[in-house]
Amino acid sequence: MGISPVLWQFLTKWMHGSALFPAEASTISPWVDALYFSLLLMTIFGLVVVGVLLTVFAIRYRREKSPVATQIEGSTLLEATWTIIPLAVFLLMFVWGALLYFRIYNPPTNAMNIYVVGKQWMWKAEHPGGQHEINALHVPTGQPVQLTMISQDVFHSFSIPAFRVKREVIPGRYTTVWFNATTPGTYHLFCTQYCGTQHSGMIGEITVLTPEDYKKWLHESTSGMSLAQNGERLFASMGCNQCHSGNAAARGPNLAGVYGSKLTLNDGSKVLVNDAYLRDAILNPSQHVTAGFSPIMPTYQGQISEDGLIDLVEYIKGLQTNYRVQQTLVTASSDEAAPPTPAAGTTTEMVKP
Amino acid sequence: MSATSIVSLPDQSTATMPKRHYINNEHGLLSWLLTADHKRIAILYLISITFFFFIGGAFAGLIRLELLTPQSDLVAADTYNKFFTMHGIVMIFLFLVPSVPATLGNFLIPIMLGAKDLAFPKINLLSWYLYMIGGTLTLAALVLGGVDTGWTFTTPLSTHYLNTHVVTAATAIFVAGFSSIFTGLNFIVTIHRMRAPGMTWFRMPLFVWSHYAASLLMVLGTPVLAIAIVLVALERLIGIGVFDPTKGGDPLLFQHLFWFYSHPAVYIMILPGMGVISEVISTFSRKRVFGYSAVAFSSVAIALFGFFVWEHHMFIMGVSNYSALVFSLLTMLVAVPSAIKVFNWAFTLQKGSITFETPMLYAFAFIGLFTIGGLTGVFLGALGMDIHLTETYFIVAHFHYVMVGGMLMAFLAGIHFWWPKMTGRMYPESLSKLSAVTSFIGFNLTFMPQFILGYLGMPRRYASYPAEFQVLNVLSTAGATVLGVGFMLPLLYLGWSLKYGAIAGANPWQATGLEWQIQSPPLTENFIETPIMDHEAYDYEWLENKTKHEVTTVG
Repeated sequence: MGISPVLWQFLTKWMHGSALFPAEASTISPWVDALYFSLLLMTIFGLVVVGVLLTVFAIRYRREKSPVATQIEGSTLLEATWTIIPLAVFLLMFVWGALLYFRIYNPPTNAMNIYVVGKQWMWKAEHPGGQHEINALHVPTGQPVQLTMISQDVFHSFSIPAFRVKREVIPGRYTTVWFNATTPGTYHLFCTQYCGTQHSGMIGEITVLTPEDYKKWLHESTSGMSLAQNGERLFASMGCNQCHSGNAAARGPNLAGVYGSKLTLNDGSKVLVNDAYLRDAILNPSQHVTAGFSPIMPTYQGQISEDGLIDLVEYIKGLQTNYRVQQTLVTASSDEAAPPTPAAGTTTEMVKP
Repeated sequence: MSATSIVSLPDQSTATMPKRHYINNEHGLLSWLLTADHKRIAILYLISITFFFFIGGAFAGLIRLELLTPQSDLVAADTYNKFFTMHGIVMIFLFLVPSVPATLGNFLIPIMLGAKDLAFPKINLLSWYLYMIGGTLTLAALVLGGVDTGWTFTTPLSTHYLNTHVVTAATAIFVAGFSSIFTGLNFIVTIHRMRAPGMTWFRMPLFVWSHYAASLLMVLGTPVLAIAIVLVALERLIGIGVFDPTKGGDPLLFQHLFWFYSHPAVYIMILPGMGVISEVISTFSRKRVFGYSAVAFSSVAIALFGFFVWEHHMFIMGVSNYSALVFSLLTMLVAVPSAIKVFNWAFTLQKGSITFETPMLYAFAFIGLFTIGGLTGVFLGALGMDIHLTETYFIVAHFHYVMVGGMLMAFLAGIHFWWPKMTGRMYPESLSKLSAVTSFIGFNLTFMPQFILGYLGMPRRYASYPAEFQVLNVLSTAGATVLGVGFMLPLLYLGWSLKYGAIAGANPWQATGLEWQIQSPPLTENFIETPIMDHEAYDYEWLENKTKHEVTTVG
């Protein structure tokens, strides 16, 4: 970490010894703490300046010492001084804060993605390999982790104080946050946005593991099916493959390789296909018609749970070829035994405690 | 530069109560309930907001009591949620917003300008009735079983997920909002149209300037809150889907609308308090306010910038990074005029002749606590820092430093300062000094630990919390107890002084404002003849030269 050496180490060592300071457990934490101490310094300095002025004037010019007041109009020089100096300090803090904000909210490209669904009053984490956790999240050290989060009901907020990261979890849209954990251990997970009766019960534990322990944990916690596999089943059972078959004559666009591409819509606009776009396109298809296709896709609003949507998104994300799509289509249309497809929403219950 | 000699306080044993004044001008309950006199309406407001202050305070006490232990054991979680919701709604909409403007502002602005009343006396009375309807509806929501939305009414929680009395509480805020609009409107028109001859804009007391700035915010901001509240009610009652994402609505839209009012509302609350501080500091250092025009313009600047910072309540809500940049920058800019004010107040003391009566003690407390409140606001305005601090106890501590440490101290400074003018009697000095010091100590003990809790990550609005946070919470509750005593004392001794306080006389502080040049309590018509303002504000030399006993006491 490129943060100032001696004073910094002294401060953090000393602070960590006391119960008045949260643990630093991510690569972000020292950067946030550095800004915090600088702001604290600014506050103490400001308070001392004001305090000294008040005290000195109050003693020096008290009625007994100074029976007669000398009237002073003001001073442009002084006004300029206490306009410009605070402004300069605040602008410095603005720039510093802004740089930190971009660091915290712009994930590195190699981040591993985990989905989080918030609902009254629990957190559900879904790993790409299909591991599910309730009010718990296991992450490895030394690996950037991005959380793609959505709420099933009201606003929640996903906060890990030891990592110094937090992000609102909102119904109807994905928000993301990322971190790179540094120290194995368990840390608090809080919901910080008031979300109803059991708001203060919507807490959990973040477990940071070494990469080896994390691999072991992944292996032991597997539910047998990855998110993408769940998605594939859902894709077939909802009949998505009828139109999105990738055939030349298909009524819907080819989805293989679509993730991450720039898509032209029929109003001429171009969009980047990401998680949020895919989710919106499933729920409000009429708003997202690919150029050259008719707006015939029905809305799936209210028919697929957020978990199901995540499965579908994860499936489409990894879809490179339509071979299996067409296979399931053939199987289904030839009325032979299709793979057993769980109904929408049942995936929610596949929880490994 | 000029010098004025010390003016000793007039001998209060020789002062007598004027025979006729606004209080004894008419008698009977109806003469109060149907009055159009701005001073009587101010008293009505004072009684009502004091009542609601203690209701809100009781909920604060219950909150602190519950947080004494980590478990949710005193009350169930949903009851706790109702406590902090009522605390917020009552304190913000029924106490802080009307506190200084509707009481001191109402009482003093016409007199400070040399007018007989506000521009629209009946609208002023209507404003009090709307306030009372809002207050009654709030109490109704409470008695019927409470409401647990939090004072922020976040959708879709408030629209779809709670079955408490949300619409009743929303209606209360809607109605009380109009009382605030009417007050603001009245002040703006009065300040523009009813200044006495010679009372130019730059001869007005800074108290009036800060009320002018706050009034602009009331008139321009409150309607947006009304719109947001109506939409919440409509969404809840008939499901129109403006905020509901499953119907194509946008839940963030509510945040934008709500904070478009509720951030400026912070300045509606604090600006009038700043006006009080300017008057008090000047009077007790016997000096004109340092940099009068800088202080006046900084009020207007705060009002102006205050409208363009609302998104800083939403930095973590998935807004565009670049819009966050703009709002963070503007947030930093709004901190500058506050700094200008603090330094001007400090330099007003320089070469003054300072005494330390109770209002001055409160003013000193205000400057110190407001400085902490303001500078911790810079933490929250700095984007990357806000991520960790927002929605924690840090933010709770920050705005209590501004609202309680700042505004409430200013309110108490003002109440003590103008008490002799409003009632004709002095409050007991040593007891009131004791209560000022008690409040100051209690306040810091209550809220300083909350800054630490916030950085540790303790979320706000938690009925139960991890055990490691207990020590700091116990400290905070202990502080709240001391603070409670500090706030109860004035209620008792001010009540006592109504009957037993020393007769104040017209100008016990030897202050320069027009309100001090008339009898205490004032006549219903304020002035026997329209005064002519022939000097600057805070002109102590003018006061010195003014012939003694010029004050007309009508017998």
